[in-house]
Amino acid sequence: MKPVKDNKSNEKIKQKKFLIRDYIIMCVVMAVAAITLLIFSDKSGSVLSVSKNYSLEIILILPAIIVIIGLFSVWIPKEIVIKYIGKTSGIKGIFLSIVLGMLPTGPLYIAFPMAVALLKKGAKISNIIIFVSAWACIKLPQELVEIRFMGIEFTLLRLALTIIFVVIMSTIIEKIIRFTEKKD
Amino acid sequence: MLNFIKSYLTVIIINLIAVVWLIYSVVRNKSKTKKSLKIALKTFFRTLPSIIIIIIFIGFLLGFLPPDTISRVVGEQAGFLGVLVTAILGSILFIPALISFPLASSFLKGGASVMSVAAFITTLTMVGVVTLPLELRELGKKITILRNVFSFVFAIVIALIMETIL
Repeated sequence: MKPVKDNKSNEKIKQKKFLIRDYIIMCVVMAVAAITLLIFSDKSGSVLSVSKNYSLEIILILPAIIVIIGLFSVWIPKEIVIKYIGKTSGIKGIFLSIVLGMLPTGPLYIAFPMAVALLKKGAKISNIIIFVSAWACIKLPQELVEIRFMGIEFTLLRLALTIIFVVIMSTIIEKIIRFTEKKD
Repeated sequence: MLNFIKSYLTVIIINLIAVVWLIYSVVRNKSKTKKSLKIALKTFFRTLPSIIIIIIFIGFLLGFLPPDTISRVVGEQAGFLGVLVTAILGSILFIPALISFPLASSFLKGGASVMSVAAFITTLTMVGVVTLPLELRELGKKITILRNVFSFVFAIVIALIMETIL
């Protein structure tokens, strides 16, 4: 075991490096995007209007989500997370992860920082995979639209199969990760 | 209009939760609140670059590949190879659910098989090539790769089962 403090400061330096790298990549992507739009100026209108719509959604949702993540990290004790979706949570944990993911909360990319906050508090890996998958494909408002357009039979069958396979997948992935971690 | 209200409802609920919890936090414990906001700010700067890149990608994707083009490609697919193509297409594309379901139903009406459409919807939501950089960054290589690969395979399995039942 390495001393904890050393690990922590190492982790911080690593985080900072990642952060700088991310911002450099972001600037490069923005520059490439701008040049591409200048070349294909006939497409720029539709590209910009799509991006604008998404930016609007992000501006309306992201601040609230990160505030919730911050409050969650400080206010919710580890014991509660472990008790409800931790290692020994069983079927109750699976059920709760699905319900948490189904809540109307916004696009998938917001789920990832939320999932990290839950992992740090001691949530089981398989439950986090269920949570992220449920967030991605069984959101409540989204399902109402699916029923309207695809019919109730198609929707219910797809949902049932999805839930079954997500639960199977999460258990397999958890096993694989535990197995490879033991080896390391 | 209905869609507009629906997406707005999510925004209202989420912001309401954040505000109420924040007020509770300030009243109960100022230093805890400060710590929470610090974590929030850190999370914001950590995820911002990825989110901006994702928004740019989605803009290009939908700007250069409008729904009717996608519809033409999916409509032409048949058989197992068709399922594979639509599953890959669904993995790469990033379409909001409110647009994707009307689109999927138009595929069905246009003659695409239940199998292809089911594979498309499932990979569209579960497998995220566009969001991959952020997922890698947050959840790590192992979880991200395993989750996306398994989701892709199971999406095809789900599609095959649905074809035989429906």
